[in-house]
Amino acid sequence: MNTFTDSLSVAAGLVAHLDPRFLAIVELSLRVSLAATAIAAVIGLPLGAAIAVGRFPGRQALTIVLNALMGLPPVVVGLVVYLLLSRAGPLGSFGVLFTPTAMVIAQTILIVPIIAALSRQIVSDAWAEYHEQLQSLGASTMRAALTLLWDTRYSLITVLLAGFGRAIAEVGAVMIVGGNIDGFTRVMTTTIALETSKGDLPLALALGVVLVTIVLTMNAGAHATREWARARFG
Amino acid sequence: MGVRRGTTRLLADVTTTINAGSRTVIVGANGAGKSTLLRVLHGLVVPTSGTITWGGRAQLPLRQAMVFQRPVMLRRSAAANIRYALDLAGIHGAEADARIREALAEVGLLPLADRPARVLSGGEQQRVALARAWALVPEVLFLDEPTASLDPAATRAVEQIIRDIHARGTAIVMATHSLAQARRLADDILFLHDGRLAERALSSSFFSQPATALAQAFLEGE
Repeated sequence: MNTFTDSLSVAAGLVAHLDPRFLAIVELSLRVSLAATAIAAVIGLPLGAAIAVGRFPGRQALTIVLNALMGLPPVVVGLVVYLLLSRAGPLGSFGVLFTPTAMVIAQTILIVPIIAALSRQIVSDAWAEYHEQLQSLGASTMRAALTLLWDTRYSLITVLLAGFGRAIAEVGAVMIVGGNIDGFTRVMTTTIALETSKGDLPLALALGVVLVTIVLTMNAGAHATREWARARFG
Repeated sequence: MGVRRGTTRLLADVTTTINAGSRTVIVGANGAGKSTLLRVLHGLVVPTSGTITWGGRAQLPLRQAMVFQRPVMLRRSAAANIRYALDLAGIHGAEADARIREALAEVGLLPLADRPARVLSGGEQQRVALARAWALVPEVLFLDEPTASLDPAATRAVEQIIRDIHARGTAIVMATHSLAQARRLADDILFLHDGRLAERALSSSFFSQPATALAQAFLEGE
């Protein structure tokens, strides 16, 4: 297994020399997935809280659908977004297909169900504990939902991480709607897929190592934040 | 008034009066309906039959509060927990600040005002819950076994706060399974048995000469 050790040393070199092409790919990956996570949080957190606290017909069905959508295949999301954004599609006039914007849209759609479903579970558990007290104090459903989101904020960090992890690690959706254009829509996962098929294993592996390191670092940070918050705020 | 959930009867034919400014203690065995009665009175549970009127009006009194067996503290400071309740009651600004200080001082927790409420001890949390109720200056305060999970010292502190709140003119309606506590705090006793109001009496006569055989058996069982 010489390839592997060779690849690792090339990978180390790329990281150590801060190769600009390599950095651009990492940066685009982070930008697209962080943007998608931010947008999905704005949609998914209130949606999850509303389903947890609200009492409306179809609530159970919505919960089941959301849970099922967590397993949405990225290529399917990519295909649907592709059809929507393509020249002939309903949103074709915006001309965003094969741009980072299209990639953000696809990843957002992919992770909204994850963020909504997981936050619903967390807020729902908190609601079981709080609802009599909040009702007693006269909180409206809307106010109760916002209060619960704020009170479970440290647990919700983990939810956002799950969404971000899914977004930055997926390859199918960004490949289809981004087109893997060198220097423009090429991200870590699409580069890894491409370089592997071309046989340039060192670059592929270097990006793989960076990808795993980023995800690991963010999870370690979130874990530390949660533990600190638990000790500090209970 | 009665409450059913599905086919289970939780309360049946409860007819009684709570006197303004008095201390009413609800006693009875586990599952007798004490908690349900409190929740119906407080408006958390809607009775399936019958009505409740306050001073002849059909609507609930404007100012009422409830303290639960396990205090529910929001993940913020003790003072902010009280501020949250005041905010929902429409009390803001300097008036809120003054009430928060007064309420925390009253329960002896002013030094802990800025501590995160959830890291306080169980007894301290219950005192914050009482301070939260105190700050609302309720006409009626409902308490559901407020000392059930507290040690004797914390229990004494909570009972003293309840006396202080009552002394300020708030009617107290409390459920407890401790007859000793009922003896210490009650003006009026409501004795529930199996979802029915078995006896209503002045505290003095209930403990010395219970009028019903059920109450007698309950007192002897203790």
